[in-house]
Amino acid sequence: MTDVTATHAPAQAVRPARSWGKTALRWILYIVLGLFALWYLMPLFVMLTTSIKTLEEIRTGSLIALPRDATLEPWAKAWSGACTGIQCEGLRPFFWNSVILAVPSVLISTVIGALNGYVIAQWRFKGANIIFALMLFGCFIPFQVVLLPMARMLGLMGIAGTIPGLMFVHIIYGLGFTTLFFRNYYVTIPSELVKAAKVDGAGFLRIFVSIFLPLSLPIVVVSVIWQFTQIWNDFLFGVSFSSAGTQPVTVALNNIVNSTTGVKEYNVDMAAAIIAALPTLLVYVVAGKYFIRGLTAGSVKG
Amino acid sequence: MTKWLENHLPKMVLAPSFIAVLIFVYGFIAWTAWVSLTRSKLLPRYEIDGFIQYDRLFDSPRWDTAFGNLFIFGGLFIGICMVLGLALAILLDQHIRVEGAIRTIYLYPMALSMIVTGTAWKWILNPGLGLEAMVQGWGYPNFSFDWLVDPDMAIYTVVLAGVWQSSGFVMALFLAGLRSVDGEIIKAAQVDGIPTWRIYSAIIIPSMAPIFLSAFIVLAHLAIKAFDLVIALTGGGPGYATDLPATYMYAMAFSRGDIGQAASSAMVMMAVVFAIVVPYLYSELRVRND
Amino acid sequence: MQKSALAASSAVLFALATPGLAEPQAEVLHWWTSGGEAKAVGVLQEEFASNGGTWTDMPVAGGGGDAAMTALRARVLSGNAPTAVQLKGPAIQEWYEEGVLADISDVAEAEGWADVLPEAIANHMKCEGSWCAAPVNVHRVDWIWANAEVLEANDIEMPTTWDEFNAAADKLQEAGVIPLAHGGQSWQDATVFETVVLGLGGPEFYEDALIDLNPEALTSDTMVQVFDQMRTMRGYVDDNFSGRDWNLATAMVMNGEAAFQIMGDWAKGEFLAAGKEPGTDFLCASTPGDGFLYNVDSFAMFEVEGEDKQAGQDLLAKLITGPSFQEVFNLNKGSIPARTDVSLDAFDDCAKLSSEDMTASAEAGSLLPSYAHGMALRGAQAGAITDVVTAHFNSDMSSEDAVQQLADAVANSM
Repeated sequence: MTDVTATHAPAQAVRPARSWGKTALRWILYIVLGLFALWYLMPLFVMLTTSIKTLEEIRTGSLIALPRDATLEPWAKAWSGACTGIQCEGLRPFFWNSVILAVPSVLISTVIGALNGYVIAQWRFKGANIIFALMLFGCFIPFQVVLLPMARMLGLMGIAGTIPGLMFVHIIYGLGFTTLFFRNYYVTIPSELVKAAKVDGAGFLRIFVSIFLPLSLPIVVVSVIWQFTQIWNDFLFGVSFSSAGTQPVTVALNNIVNSTTGVKEYNVDMAAAIIAALPTLLVYVVAGKYFIRGLTAGSVKG
Repeated sequence: MTKWLENHLPKMVLAPSFIAVLIFVYGFIAWTAWVSLTRSKLLPRYEIDGFIQYDRLFDSPRWDTAFGNLFIFGGLFIGICMVLGLALAILLDQHIRVEGAIRTIYLYPMALSMIVTGTAWKWILNPGLGLEAMVQGWGYPNFSFDWLVDPDMAIYTVVLAGVWQSSGFVMALFLAGLRSVDGEIIKAAQVDGIPTWRIYSAIIIPSMAPIFLSAFIVLAHLAIKAFDLVIALTGGGPGYATDLPATYMYAMAFSRGDIGQAASSAMVMMAVVFAIVVPYLYSELRVRND
Repeated sequence: MQKSALAASSAVLFALATPGLAEPQAEVLHWWTSGGEAKAVGVLQEEFASNGGTWTDMPVAGGGGDAAMTALRARVLSGNAPTAVQLKGPAIQEWYEEGVLADISDVAEAEGWADVLPEAIANHMKCEGSWCAAPVNVHRVDWIWANAEVLEANDIEMPTTWDEFNAAADKLQEAGVIPLAHGGQSWQDATVFETVVLGLGGPEFYEDALIDLNPEALTSDTMVQVFDQMRTMRGYVDDNFSGRDWNLATAMVMNGEAAFQIMGDWAKGEFLAAGKEPGTDFLCASTPGDGFLYNVDSFAMFEVEGEDKQAGQDLLAKLITGPSFQEVFNLNKGSIPARTDVSLDAFDDCAKLSSEDMTASAEAGSLLPSYAHGMALRGAQAGAITDVVTAHFNSDMSSEDAVQQLADAVANSM
């Protein structure tokens, strides 16, 4: 493996002439990556095949075999026909709730995290590290513990059972992570840059916008992926701090999947789970594009 | 005035977050500590009644199992995810042609709700339905993989599913780190003829120390709060062999109406986190502070 | 949903403007979300609407109501309690003690609930003498289901004692059939356990041990025998039972892979959904022994502000316990009506048997609450017992150790 990296790693390396050994190593690299991809895909395979089987076929026992007669019925049902309570309109009505919850929460917590990280990493003042440590430790508070006092606070603030209330909760408990990501990314940027900019007369915000932001794409991607996943997939806060009409999609998914004494429709469950995950997957694909090495890094650092 | 503003702006930017953390994290921890000293049942009550909840907690065999599992699960989960995440990130950083697709495949498990994925894993790991049956069907009748139904091994299936779910994100984190490393330094090292494995082990990886901290915090957070994973995969079973503190706490607080007991288990959990994380934070932040 | 929320808020405005002419409205927290269940609750919503009410639906499924109870706590603490909540068993009285339940005695007395409900069930609906909850249905828990074909092929009758059951199971095992389909989840272990306690110990012992939590009963020889029987039954279950959902166990019986399953009457829904006929394809009988273990779903009304909501609570309570809803709902749900004066003509034979047994047990004093389904004990005690039962079933713990742990765990949970 080390040899593989030896040949091909760093971006600007001059490629030596190909030899058979190196081609073989390249193949091994792809095979290893491919095997891992298979491992990651295995449960998805089970879910996809199950989601296009008939309930009859599932009941007769073949849970992880290929479907005999495929049907798209379960997908249609999961999207617009499965019962999530009295109404049987599938996941569709709940999607919008999740979107208007997740998008602003992700943006706000990422922006605040970036500013916090910038301050802690580059504008060190007395106690900044203690504040950072306090925020980090805050990442570990179990959410089950937070529920009840938070419910009381939201009640006092008058935003209980509303989407702004839920947003507030997600932003508060996402801050620790976004701050962490940005601080640990910015701390690797030489502080000479800030000093030089200060000499040039640039201020706090100016330096952030013109120097740090352009460098931040990979970590913004990480932060957005993390926050979007956490918020979109959150169930505990969603179920506790919503009321009729503001429930996010995970609560609806849970209602479809988790009936205790009703008939279980695994095919619809699986289809619903994949549908509910589509926006997150979309974020991974779209945001992932910005993972390209050092978009502008060279120009600033060089 | 503008000069004063310029000097104090950094602190003012940080202040709202700091206040929020004080109230919504430390205030709530204090609240939990208080409730753990009461006999709260269905809803919190505030009459202090001594350490009875802690006595009950340490008398409970189920808590012993849950607490022990935290270390098995947490240690393996964090370790494997770190190693795998870093390895995959380095491999992916070799100018792979289909990087985007592979990256998404490695990441996607995070997107799926464990409520349902747990069911898929349960089938795959079930000896009668999944892998074991499949391999035996290929003509290896002695193949055995029955961890899921073995009370001593079931916790490792939780590790397996946990790694599957979270290692992709750690990979993304390391990949972001790798891509922040200054290309000039690498170029210079290559010109000097330093072998690439040395470039990774001596230059690139050490420069990513802060990223390791991020990965550790994220993974430790996931390990401590692992809840859906257990509920969906094993439901804490066989018996309560795969119970974790988070599931114990939830069961006490919300299914059993024993909030005082749940609060005491939360306090013990946080004490453990404190004992492990604080020394690590201290060493990390001290070095950086020079 | 948006529309109904809008309607609800305009109803509030309307009520504020003209007190006394309150239009009934209710936000209902429940965990009935699967197809048949949703249809069943839908009937209630329709009746509610046709009486001029506005129904706001707040469904939260999961964990047999655990998730809904989590949401309920948060709602109560934030001062925003739902109007009506699906609650059952001693949890009703627990919430009453927190001072958050409303009194619905006016409706109950006007409707004469006391005359139409079995006394044991009526008692669950009362808090310190006043009515505080409305019953919806009665699920019977101590059912044993069987594949008719498998039994016939092996020349086996439905067992009426546990010895007969063991004999039948041995015979089936020799014939290569899994005798007992079971899912290794703690509540399923507890379900089997309580039917064995009732069958081996009898109704009085059940009451003594699992309702009064008498330490002598918990450590008695009878309890040791119960755990012995659990150990025997562990041998009748296949190796891959851990974590299996109950409906997959039901499917094993349907497919003839297994012969018996011990499960409440919601299992019937799975058989019927697969097009199986009671009596010909599958058989239902009470588990060996006397008595009847019930699991009653009910709605409790929370203390809320506003005449429209209070009117909604009264209307809802009246409709829930009304004969027409009780019939339609239970036909959809697989259970039987809680009131005894509903005609059972439309119901299947299993439901009729259930109803007859309920009446007979009520007279004999053996109509008992299910501990495994949260009817007999408060959460902490029931949970403590389940921990021991499931730990014993999934390990090689001896029965003597199990009874000792049982007594300790119960004492520790107080």
